[in-house]
This record gives sequence, structure tokens and C-alpha cells, in this order.
Amino acid sequence: MARTITLRTTSRSAATSVAQGATLESPWVRWTLTSIAIVFLGLFLFMPLAVVFVSAFGKGIAAYFASFREPDALAAIRLTLLAAGIAVPMNLVFGVAAAWAIAKFEFIGKSLLITLIDLPFSVSPVVSGLVYVLIFGLQGLLGPWLRAHDIKIIFAVPGIVLATIFVTFPFVARELIPLIQAQGNDEEEAALTLGASGWQTFFRVTLPNVKWGLVYGVIICNARAMGEFGAVSVVSGHIRGLTNTMPLHIEILYNEYQFVPAFAVASLLALLALLTLVVKSVVEWKSQQDLKEPEEDWSVEPA
Amino acid sequence: MNNKIWMALIMVLAFARPMLAQNAVTLLNVSYDPTRELYQDYNEAFAKYWKAKTGQAVTIQQSHGGSSKQARAVIDGLEADVVTLALAYDIDAIAAQAKLLPTNWQSRLPNNSSPYTSTIIFLVRKGNPKGIKDWDDLIRPGVAVITPNPKTSGGARWNYLGAWGYALKKSGGDESKARDFITKLYKNVPVLDSGARGATTTFVERGMGDVLIAWENEVLLGAKDLGQDKFDIVVPSVSILCEPTVSVVDKVVDKKGTRKVAQAYLEYLYSPEGQEIAAKRYYRPRSEAVAKKYAKQFPNIKLFTLQEIVGDWQKTNKIHFADGGLFDQLYQPGR
Repeated sequence: MARTITLRTTSRSAATSVAQGATLESPWVRWTLTSIAIVFLGLFLFMPLAVVFVSAFGKGIAAYFASFREPDALAAIRLTLLAAGIAVPMNLVFGVAAAWAIAKFEFIGKSLLITLIDLPFSVSPVVSGLVYVLIFGLQGLLGPWLRAHDIKIIFAVPGIVLATIFVTFPFVARELIPLIQAQGNDEEEAALTLGASGWQTFFRVTLPNVKWGLVYGVIICNARAMGEFGAVSVVSGHIRGLTNTMPLHIEILYNEYQFVPAFAVASLLALLALLTLVVKSVVEWKSQQDLKEPEEDWSVEPA
Repeated sequence: MNNKIWMALIMVLAFARPMLAQNAVTLLNVSYDPTRELYQDYNEAFAKYWKAKTGQAVTIQQSHGGSSKQARAVIDGLEADVVTLALAYDIDAIAAQAKLLPTNWQSRLPNNSSPYTSTIIFLVRKGNPKGIKDWDDLIRPGVAVITPNPKTSGGARWNYLGAWGYALKKSGGDESKARDFITKLYKNVPVLDSGARGATTTFVERGMGDVLIAWENEVLLGAKDLGQDKFDIVVPSVSILCEPTVSVVDKVVDKKGTRKVAQAYLEYLYSPEGQEIAAKRYYRPRSEAVAKKYAKQFPNIKLFTLQEIVGDWQKTNKIHFADGGLFDQLYQPGR
């Protein structure tokens, strides 16, 4: 125990000296780098965000809220919530299962599974959408059968949900795999020797250990599910009030020169992004708190 | 987590409920970009007319996009009861590739299934600083012309054919002169947008180009929205008669049992009421009485038809827009 602690102290002091070394750069270098970063962020992140809100309120608050009374806008918001509401829980279940299997067990085809999980990241969203058209479209593999049985997949709500699930597939799993791997198997083995069943171990030990990573994964998964444009655009069919999600509705409004409603709906998505950032910071802060706590306990122990 | 699943379920139910509406009938009209305002008005009028005539409530859903893209969606299974597209060729494609309607669809309604027409005119910057008056001015060096890509946009094909027809008429039918004209014209195009709305946005919002070639209905309607203080409308000496076409999609209406109402929906476009709504939204009506009433709002242009300068759409597409066709040969991007 004592040895571990000394090791930790040395590594900590080493880290401090490195940090001091970094600050030994001459002041103008530091200032230039900092101001470049700030100017860049301002130009490419803050300004567009500000433009969204300025344009949204361009004709006053009344016009802004009137944009949300449009039945088509409400339908778009409802559909976006529905798609995310289905895609996120499904990816949550899948992500936890996949991450758990990959991180805790060795099996044949494991690397293949990891590659497959990453696939939606590497494929362009437009292609993801087209894949569904090729499978479920009338000229596609299952199209004629689906039409004969009067089942609508693409150009209908199921297609949009499918496309959303596809593009948000990796988020939860990707977030959890390194986390569960880093945890190791020790605690689970301890739980098992103490007589816990498999499910008990999972719900009482594995899951609580990764809860913040899980929350974080769900947040970014949700953000992407609500913001997805490309894949959903291909399978939507753009039927007003029926198959337009918020991003698609924004594009339509913009193309119709209805700038205030377009930016008003866009501001909702921007708000979602800001909210995501806030929750993300809270989650990171919380998980760091969780990590710190056992350390403090240990430092008392050897004394 | 449980909450989320419940929320999802509730939302599914809330969403599914309106779809189960009983005795009302729903039509899907798949259309191209600039008809949004037209069909917004028209759908309302038709619903009233149909309710009065049959007692049945009808809801019309709309889908808008680039004409060829919309045709593609119908081919891929978008269940349109009626299609109202920018050019006959796109509906031909649905007939040929998906066999959802017979190939002679165009002969089923009056005026070659084209209830309203339009033409191609120009929009220039306020005060017309480049002095653009006719098609000839578009090929002058130093004039930047905005027009979308004829490979993907229906409106762009009409633009191209307007220029082609003008050059052909002016040279007394000399095709090599027309080729030369097209080559010079597209040398002046800095960017080919994929659709008509995109090109309008490029010209209006991004401030690119000296002149926008566009649908007459789009320009006349847009002049109000975009601010008359920023742009002037220029009407060329001659232009092409654009005939957007409409059709029932037979396989869809027979399956859904909506043939009667879908057919009535299109026929009503030819009625005095339908023609008047079209005219109000700056489409040129077929009915002479309505045309007379609204004559003031349409500039007086000599119009030639596609038939006069090339032939039908199948032939036009083969000569001009197919891969390796005239447009491919003549278009040299940049300079």
C-alpha cells in the first residue's frame, strides 16, 4: 500500500513540474496561442450560434413563438422526439450489452463486432439512408413484398426511426467499451465469490461503475439522433406534417424564405446542443468526484 | 430509463392515433419546389369543393423537392396518389421504371395533362447595372449567370431549352449557332446548383451573379418576398412555354381506393376556380377567360413550345440531357 502511495506522489510531482515547464514559454507565445484559440472559437462556433438566435428573434418574440404554433413545425418536433425516443433506448440496451460482452469476455469475432459497431461512424449518412432505400424501396430487395402486404418502411415513420438508430448506433457502446475495460474484472470476481448472481453483479457492480459514462453516451447519442439530417433526408419523402423531422423542416422553411420560423426551429436544436454541453460538463465533474473519493480514503489508511 | 420507454410508447400511440382516422380520405400530392403556395391554396379550395359535392372530408398531404428527385422517390416507393411535377419527362420516368402508371398517361387529361403553364424570365440586380435586356446579353463576357444544373433540375432544363430555342429561332434554325450560344452561355455560369430554389438562394442570399434565369412564377412570387428594392425583372423578347404536368398514380390509387377523389383533384385544376388559384399564384392559366382577367400580371412574351424546337421529352432528353448528350458536350466549367 505504502509503495503505491509513494509512486503516486512521485508521478503527481512529475506532472506538476511538467506543468510548470509548459508555463515557462515566453508570455507572447502563450498569449498568441490563447488568442488564436479564442478568435477561432468565436468566429466558427460562437458567431454562428449567435446568428441563429439573432435571426430567430429578428421579428420579435411574438413571431418567434408563433413559429412553434405551425402544425407542421409541431409535427416535426413530435417526430424528432419520437425518433430519438425510440432510437436512444434501443441503442442504450444494445450499447451496454455490446460493451459488456466486448470488455469482459474473449470470443471469436470480437474484433469484427468492434469494427461493425464503428461502421456507422465511417459511412456517410447519405449512404446509410440509401442502403435502406435499396433494401426497403419499391425497386429494392423487400420492396414489392412490403407493398403487397401494405407495410410502409421508407418514406414513413419506421424508415426515419431505422435511419436514426443506424447513425446513432456506436455512441453508447463506444463510450462504454474503454470504461468497462479500464475497470477490470476484480470487483465482479469479488462479487461473484461473495455469492452474487450474474444479474446482481451486473446491476450492482458493473453498471454503477460506468454510470457517468453511460449518461454521457446517452446524451451525445440523443443529440445526434435529434440533429441527424443526411440519412433521414434520404428516407423521409418530405411529406409535410408527417415525415419531416426538425432538421428537414428547418431546411424547407429556409428554402421557402421563411427565415424567422427556420431559425426559430434551429434555435431549439441549438438549445439542445447547449443543454448537452452543460449536462456533459456536470457529468464529467461528477465522475471526477467519484474517482477522487476512494483516493482520499486510501491516503488515510496507511497512516 | 423506464420513464423513457414509457414516454416513447405514449408518443407512439399519440402519433398512431391520427393515422387511424375513419371515414375521411387522405391524398398525397408529390410536387416540385415552387408549387408550395399554389397547392396550399388549392388544397383548401378542393377540400371545400369535395366536401360540398360528396360529403367526404379530404386531407391532402404535400411533399415538395426537386422534380427529378421527387420522381425518384415515387419510383422508390413514396406512395403518391397524384404527382404534379415540373416536366413530363419525370412522370415518364415513373411510368417507365416503376410501371406505376401507363405510358400514355399524358393523353388522359386536357392540354397534355398540363393544367397551367409558365415561362422562363430573368431577375437582375436593382437598376440592371449590366444592362441585360434579352438572351443575347447573357453570353457577353463578364456577365455572371445563375442557373441550376439541367442534369438534376427540371427548371434548369426549361432554362436551357429557352436559351436553345432563342438561338435556334434567331439563326433561322442553324443548330451549330445554337450550340455555340449554349457553350458561351454556360461559360458564364459560375456555379450550377442542383435545384431551382438553390439557384435562387445563391443569387438572392449569397449575392452571386448578375442575372438569374428562373421560372416566371417563381420570379413574380419571389419579387414580393425578396424585396422589390433589390431586384428588377427583365423579360426577354421570346421564351419557352413551360408545361408542368400532373397525373394520377394508378397503382397507388387502386390499392388505396382513392382513384375517384384523386382524379377529381386533378380535374378541378382545370375548373374556373382551379385556374383562378393558379393565376393568383402566377402560373399562366389555360382557361382563356381567366387568362384575360389576369392578363395584366403576366408580361407579354412570344412563347415557343418544346415541340417546335426539339420534339417530345423522350427525344429532348436523348439529344440534350442524357449522359454524353449535347449538354455534356457543350458544358465546359470554368474558363
